This record gives sequence, structure tokens and C-alpha cells, in this order.
Amino acid sequence: MQVPAPFEYERATSVDHAIGLLERLGTGARLIAGGHSLLPMMKLRLVTVDYLIDINDLRRELAYIRFEPDPARPRSAGPRAGRRQSVESRTGRSASDDEEPGREDAAGAGGPMPGASGVIRVGALTRHRELLEDETLRRACPIFHEAERVIADPLVRNRGTIGGALCQADPSEDLTAVCTTLDASCVIRGPQGERVVSMTEFYRGPYETAVGPDEMLIEIRIPLRPGGSSAYEKVGRRAGDWAIVSCGAAVWLADGVITDVRVGLAAVGPNTTGIPAIAEALRGRPPSEELYAQAGAIAAEHCTPVTDQRGHAEYKRHLAAELTRRTLRRAVARALAGGQEPLSGDGPGAP
Amino acid sequence: MWVTVTVNGERFRRDVEPRLLLVHFLRDELGLTGTHWGCDTSNCGACAVWLDGEPVKSCTVLTVMADGHEVRTVEGLEADGELDVVQGAFLACHGVQCGFCTPGMLMTARALLDRNPDPSEEEIREAISGQVCRCTGYASIVRAIRWAAAEQARARTATDGVGQ
Repeated sequence: MQVPAPFEYERATSVDHAIGLLERLGTGARLIAGGHSLLPMMKLRLVTVDYLIDINDLRRELAYIRFEPDPARPRSAGPRAGRRQSVESRTGRSASDDEEPGREDAAGAGGPMPGASGVIRVGALTRHRELLEDETLRRACPIFHEAERVIADPLVRNRGTIGGALCQADPSEDLTAVCTTLDASCVIRGPQGERVVSMTEFYRGPYETAVGPDEMLIEIRIPLRPGGSSAYEKVGRRAGDWAIVSCGAAVWLADGVITDVRVGLAAVGPNTTGIPAIAEALRGRPPSEELYAQAGAIAAEHCTPVTDQRGHAEYKRHLAAELTRRTLRRAVARALAGGQEPLSGDGPGAP
Repeated sequence: MWVTVTVNGERFRRDVEPRLLLVHFLRDELGLTGTHWGCDTSNCGACAVWLDGEPVKSCTVLTVMADGHEVRTVEGLEADGELDVVQGAFLACHGVQCGFCTPGMLMTARALLDRNPDPSEEEIREAISGQVCRCTGYASIVRAIRWAAAEQARARTATDGVGQ
């Protein structure tokens, strides 16, 4: 029987309250959201905490997926063009809340199509299932939808949060690769205020992030640039397992040539740069199978897989190359189709 | 610390250690042993219950986190002495072999059909992908959930009248 060591429990009533508690209680205090990383580690006594601060009541402050168009680049001319507007899908608390008509309407009427520019803000307490089912995110960043379909299983996705996944910083975790691919930044709040860090700054190594003991991750910001799309692919041993290797690719095109590429890999060593060497090799050239293969070769060079129970290092290197090819190919097809190409493998979870 | 958890519509107030997992609270404090305690590592899904209407693995939820919330267990599926249609389906289609995974499978099946009354086989397999049947009776479980969906549709048609 696995039971955590004793601890004291308190519920935070606001983000400021949570930070105040962290500041007062010191390094023995930890935040808990979905708990699907922290509780198993506490049960195995890999982590011992004196105080557990439950932030699940902070959904009003921390659970949202919000698209803000770039005011300088209106999506379409019209009476509202240029005015700053925000489309929000407040993520639901329960199954019934999820079916509020406002949610779908908001995304349908004003959600970003591929090609939009602006930023998507995701609250740290947004759960995996909400990320999977959000129409705004699915249309603007197909990579999110594809990754969420293969993260753990539906029951775990009902509890686990994006903030928890990023802060756990498991070396095989998928959302770090997704956020790296999308060049996302993380908003960290502490007693001194807020700071915004890149994924490279955020991820310090396995199980280690830039979030200090009295700080919390509150938001993930995903920049949207015109002409882009993305894709994700994971190879695992079985349903719900951690990746042997996962790969995300995002590509931006203009006038038929590639203007930028980012690739994020999971489970093959620290990988938060987006691999600039791939962008350097592909930029200014029209997409082709040769380029995808070249990108794959570069990705394989830029990872540091280790042999473990999930596979041999050379096999993982092969996967890094192959998955880079596949995701890049799919992201390009989507970008060229202006988002009209259906997402692959749509089924469960898709509206 | 004192918690109040609503389980199957009934409010229970108990003094629990913060480290008490929901699965043990249900089984040991409330005597609701229909929820099974399996792998203890949030892999097998035998302990699946609903928390505020969504299936979760109760070995990975603290009881104190359920304070003030609503839990539904397999004991809460039947109504007025009548089995839920998914329970009837598991009987009709031999969805039960040893029975250990069954309560969790039933809770997930009920949640799936509430959200999606006519799921495809792929959608059913996805919905139960976080749960392990070590008898490997998945084909029968999938068939049972399809049967339950058809049975519900049939009952609705009978109630609503033809053509509805």
C-alpha cells in the first residue's frame, strides 16, 4: 500500500494567497493542482512535503484559454478591425459546464484561424481534457490537440493540468515539447511580481524549472504568427505510456517558401531551443521531402537519447529523425491548406 | 481534518488525515467496497469514480481535495433498485469475467454515454484506455458499451414515439 508521509493541507483562495502561503511556509510547502505527478511521487516517498497547498479552487483565476488578436494586424477589415478584442473560452468546471453554448460560440465566431496573429493565453490550471477539447486551440495550434490525445489517458486528463505538467518537468513529458515548438513563454508570479520567461529559461533540466520556491507558474503564452501550422507525433510502448520519443513541428510559410521552422522533441534529452539549425537549413526554400529528411537528420544530431527500458539510444535517434519528417510534412500541408486540411486521427475528444 | 463529501447523493462528514486517499476513504471509512483498489499508481483504473461528474482515479485524489465536492461510485449507478443500463449491458454481453475492473469500467462507460450517446468502437476504446482488464476481456466490454448505447436509444425511441 502506497501512502504519502503525513503533511498539512490548506486550500488557497486566490493566487496571491497561494504565493503568500508559499512565502510563509518555506521550502517544505508545495502546490498541488491535478496531483497526478506529485501524488505518485509522494506515495513513493520520492517527495516529502510539510504543507500541501491545494490550488484547485483557483479556476476562476487560472483556468482559461484566451485568444487575443494582434491589434496591429487585424484579421479582417471591418467595423471592429484594429480594435483589441479578446475571445475567451472559460474552461468548464464539469461536464455540464463544458456544454455552455457560449464556449463553442466564442471559438466559432471569433477564434483564430491559422494565419491569424496574436497570442493565446492559457491559464496554468487548465486541465488536459480542456486543452484537448478547446476549439480555439485546435484550430490555431493543431499540435496541442494531437499531443493531448496521447498524453496519459482520459481519466488522468480529467485531472492533470498544463501548469502541473510543465512544472513537473519530466524529461519525457509532452507539453514541454509542444510549448517549445510553439515558442511559448511562461508567466511566473511571486512575491516580487511577475516575470515572463522563454521555455529555455523555464526548463532547467529533469524535474527542475525556473519557478522558485515561493513562486508559481500562472500562464502560458503562445504567440501566433500568420502562415503557420503545426503537428505532433508520439511513439509509445502502449496506450497511456510515456513517450519513447515525441516530436512536434511548427512551420511558417510565405509565398510558397519556408520562413521559419521550430521542432520540439521529448524524451531524448533537454530540448527547448526549437533547434535553430533546422530553421537555418530550411528557411527561404520551398517545402520538399528532401528538406524534411534534412530536418530529420539535424534533429537526430541535436538530441541526446539514452538507452533505457523504453528503447535503445540509436532507435530513439532514428525516431527523432523520422518523427521530425512526418510532423514537418503534416504541418506544411496544413499551413498550405490554410487550416482546411482535417486533423489527422480525429475521433475521440474531437467535437 | 474534518471533511464533508457527498457520495451518491448522501453527505458524509468525517475526520480524516490529509494523506488519506479517496479510494481508501470510500472503502474503509464509508464501507463502499464496490470501488476497487488496484495498482495504486494511477495506471489500472480499477478505482475510477466520478468527481463532480467526471471519472477520475481515486487512488490519485486526496480525500481532503474532495471536501465539499460530489463523488459518485458504482453503488450510485442503480436507481430505485433497478440496475443502470450499462450494468445490464455488462451482464448481457459477458462484459464481466473476474469482475475486478468492472466497477471502474462501468463508471467510465456511464460517463461516456452521458457525453456521447452513440460512441463508435474507437471512441469506446479511447474512453476505457486508462483502465486495465487483466482477463483481457476488452472485446466483450466494448460490445457491452455498444449494447448499452443501442438499448438507451431504443428506450428513448419507445418513450419519445416513432420518428423523434
